[in-house]
Amino acid sequence: MTQPLLSVRDLVVEFPTRRGTLRALDKVSFDIAEGEVLGMVGESGAGKSITGTAIIGLIEPPGRIAAGEIRLRGERIDNLPEDRLRRIRGKRIGMVFQDPLTSLNPLYTVAEQLVETIRTHLAVSEREARERAIGLLDQVGIPAARRRIDDYPHHFSGGMRQRVVIALALAAEPELVIADEPTTALDVSVQAQIIDVLKDICAQRGAAVLLITHDMGVIAETADRVAVLYAGRVAEIGPVADVVKSAEHPYTRGLMGSIPTLTQTGDRLTQIPGAMPRLDAIPPGCAFNPRCREVMPRCRTERPEPVARGGGRQVACWLHAREGVAHG
Amino acid sequence: MSEQTEQRPSALRRAWDSDLAYSFRTSPVAVISGVVAVVIILGAVLAPWIAPHNPFDPRTLNLMDGFTPPMQPNAFTGNVYWLGTDNQGRDVFSTILYGARTSLFVGFAAVLFAMVLGISLGLVAGYRGGWVDGLLMRIADVQLTFPSILLALLIFGVARGFIPPAYREIMAIWVLIIAIGLSDWVQYARVVRGATMVEKNKEYIQAARVIGVHPARILLNHILPNVMGPVLVIATIGLALAIIAEATLSFLGVGVPPTQPSLGTLIRIGQGFLFSGEWWILAFPAVTLLALALSVNLLGDWLRDALNPRLR
Amino acid sequence: MAEVLLQVEGLTRYFDVSKPWLNRVIEREPKAWLTAVADVSFEIRRGETFALVGESGSGKSTIAKMVVGLLEPSEGRILFDGQPMVGTDGAAMRALRRRFQMIFQDPFASLNPRWRVGDIIAEPIRTFGLASGAEIRREVARLLEVVGLGARDAAKFPHEFSGGQRQRIAIARALSSRPEFIVCDEPTSALDVSVQAQILNLMRDLQDEFGLTYLFISHDLSVVRHMAGRIGVLYLGRLAEVAEGKRLFTDPRHPYSRMLLDAVPDLEMSGRRRKRVEGEIPNPIDPPPGCAFHPRCPLVAERCRREIPAPVPTGDGMAACFAVAEGRA
Repeated sequence: MTQPLLSVRDLVVEFPTRRGTLRALDKVSFDIAEGEVLGMVGESGAGKSITGTAIIGLIEPPGRIAAGEIRLRGERIDNLPEDRLRRIRGKRIGMVFQDPLTSLNPLYTVAEQLVETIRTHLAVSEREARERAIGLLDQVGIPAARRRIDDYPHHFSGGMRQRVVIALALAAEPELVIADEPTTALDVSVQAQIIDVLKDICAQRGAAVLLITHDMGVIAETADRVAVLYAGRVAEIGPVADVVKSAEHPYTRGLMGSIPTLTQTGDRLTQIPGAMPRLDAIPPGCAFNPRCREVMPRCRTERPEPVARGGGRQVACWLHAREGVAHG
Repeated sequence: MSEQTEQRPSALRRAWDSDLAYSFRTSPVAVISGVVAVVIILGAVLAPWIAPHNPFDPRTLNLMDGFTPPMQPNAFTGNVYWLGTDNQGRDVFSTILYGARTSLFVGFAAVLFAMVLGISLGLVAGYRGGWVDGLLMRIADVQLTFPSILLALLIFGVARGFIPPAYREIMAIWVLIIAIGLSDWVQYARVVRGATMVEKNKEYIQAARVIGVHPARILLNHILPNVMGPVLVIATIGLALAIIAEATLSFLGVGVPPTQPSLGTLIRIGQGFLFSGEWWILAFPAVTLLALALSVNLLGDWLRDALNPRLR
Repeated sequence: MAEVLLQVEGLTRYFDVSKPWLNRVIEREPKAWLTAVADVSFEIRRGETFALVGESGSGKSTIAKMVVGLLEPSEGRILFDGQPMVGTDGAAMRALRRRFQMIFQDPFASLNPRWRVGDIIAEPIRTFGLASGAEIRREVARLLEVVGLGARDAAKFPHEFSGGQRQRIAIARALSSRPEFIVCDEPTSALDVSVQAQILNLMRDLQDEFGLTYLFISHDLSVVRHMAGRIGVLYLGRLAEVAEGKRLFTDPRHPYSRMLLDAVPDLEMSGRRRKRVEGEIPNPIDPPPGCAFHPRCPLVAERCRREIPAPVPTGDGMAACFAVAEGRA
């Protein structure tokens, strides 16, 4: 089996506060294969943004990676010194943030920002870098790229700015792009465009994508596989069609049932009682147990490990622990 | 379905555990300043009861007690005074307690006056906007171009022209309070205006407007509690400044009347004797004033950092 | 058929976004106006849920604010149960205000952080003088139970609650004056999906129990489909289409409605092909002439660039489109 592009094993991220240490991520494991789009979905506080931040090494102290490994093509990147990490950032891992307004420096033109990024990571001349930048803008669908490249960010509309941000993330030809809620701040019609742009350009360049979002619909349209996070743990992970249509973890099932769609019938949405626990009040055993309709005594005391269920699917739930073997 | 119910710790416990109390407990500067300030304030408040003598009752004074050095028996009467006596035989320790009383009274009153005036104008300016806001802010701008001491002197001079001599002594302290307060209200108004403009667009204000709550009630009940945070910080530092301002004015001779000396007055009196050897008449009031102003100032600094939203 | 509770006719609202007077004089610039809402007309019948859906710049929040009296219309009329909202004052206005309420989008900003939850919920009761003393406490306790919280929560402060719980508190406040009509401005947009489901279910239950009428504002078509009986689609301040709920999703008439529906991500994974969405919302200060949608419209004709389309009846609603009028859509 080929080595995955990105491999995360038992990642633990902690934030020490004066009231005790909070675990934002508690032994999260997943792989991203080359060129694939892995969706990471979860509600607020589940830890999906922290995962992206941890991979790229931007966790703000006093928060830190307390345990686990992150490997890019087999090499560990979670314990690198800052200067080596900086070389990986941008060159091998690109990042698209949520708010296009604040991801671009308002004082520099788009050309300046793109060219700077390209030349930082690739040994090319100024003219060559500019040509590449124009090509990138073209690819992300900015009309009249040659003329508009010298505009400032505020000359672009929200959707256009996000395209520029995507171009910026791909400027140094990274192998992995982490996109953290790339469409949340945009209108619905623009969201669709941006999702398409992201998919197309990453597919063209063979870049893998870690797509972090709370919007299951975006995942359904864009991702190959999806990981569902709950309270800093992976509840379920698998091919997107499987997870969306026949989820196995009770949380995922509840989540899918509570999303209104354009075609469902019926009066009430499925609702999961209660709310996701706060980081300082995570129950023992399975974090979901107080809200689970199918809870068993074991769930309250022992935390379920992810179990392989065939077809690339893993579920962390005692309901499904009988079959399959915990992955190594 | 009800959310889980839990035992709520007592209000005192919650206050002790709060971020603010924790920040206080762990900051040596804050604790020391707090202790110093509280000691001086308590001393001032309880002066009539704890001062060994009443230094301003002429009947209890003995000129022979004058110029006694600290902790040494008087050459004539044999009395011992902790901090010595001044030229009139007044016990310096007692004069400091009573002087601090006057200083603190003027300081608190001036700050209170400035707060009430500044907050009211700030609320109105921030909420109404438009020309009302423009007018009030221009008045504030004009006032800020005057140095505050000069402004206080001006008000003093004008008041003196109005008040008949018989009432000057009684009114002096109130004129002083108004003078210091009037020179200080602008910073409260500015801060409150800014905070009001932020709050007034929030949805909880809109919710109150939807049900038709009168604007005055909205200002008082909804907006005011939410803009008071920064005001408290300014007030603490403003208190220190007011105390110094009062001392300055009293030192210049235009502050409190001689019958109600403040720490500034004492410093003025003591200054005359510094170079003839009776250093304690100046030194102790000066140190007290310094300690008071500094500790209040440092408390204000701590408070501002503790309330800083970056912690959230 | 139920009576009309809210009637909106020709509602229009401008905002003056000109530069300050001195700048204008020096730079010789004319005043700049932003037309947030233009000529919007609709009616809501007692007991129904009418939704207004649109993206940014559509004017939906502005309409909501005008309906509850937070903003005055520049033109047009709003009639609540036959009474005009503008021009009614004093006691008559107070009586009117008792009958409607509003729920806001941001659960963190819609409750006064310094007030206790009990006082927040009781404010409408006190303002309208509906009860006093112990009765208020009882009523607040009852309302807290109705929205799924506990009577003990009345003594707590908003920051002790999660977003979903705060929205429940906001709903309790909205119910405390026993209104007939509630304007909901994106009530679940700031909430997680599973919490949203709880709140939407709660709102529907309350509507059934108390016979409420809702004006539901949202940008989320799926939510709107679940909640609303009739839907109005807004584009840049004008109504593009009004249709009965289910029909809008099976047979949208206006090209913008179609584009909007097309853009919704496909959760069912039906593999439907999507038409590529064109363009972006234009700047509301400088909208395109004629039909504001024409630069992005697949059915654009010469007429669309010059004239603003008038509403065309469509059986259960209307569509403002020349293509629909001419049978091309």
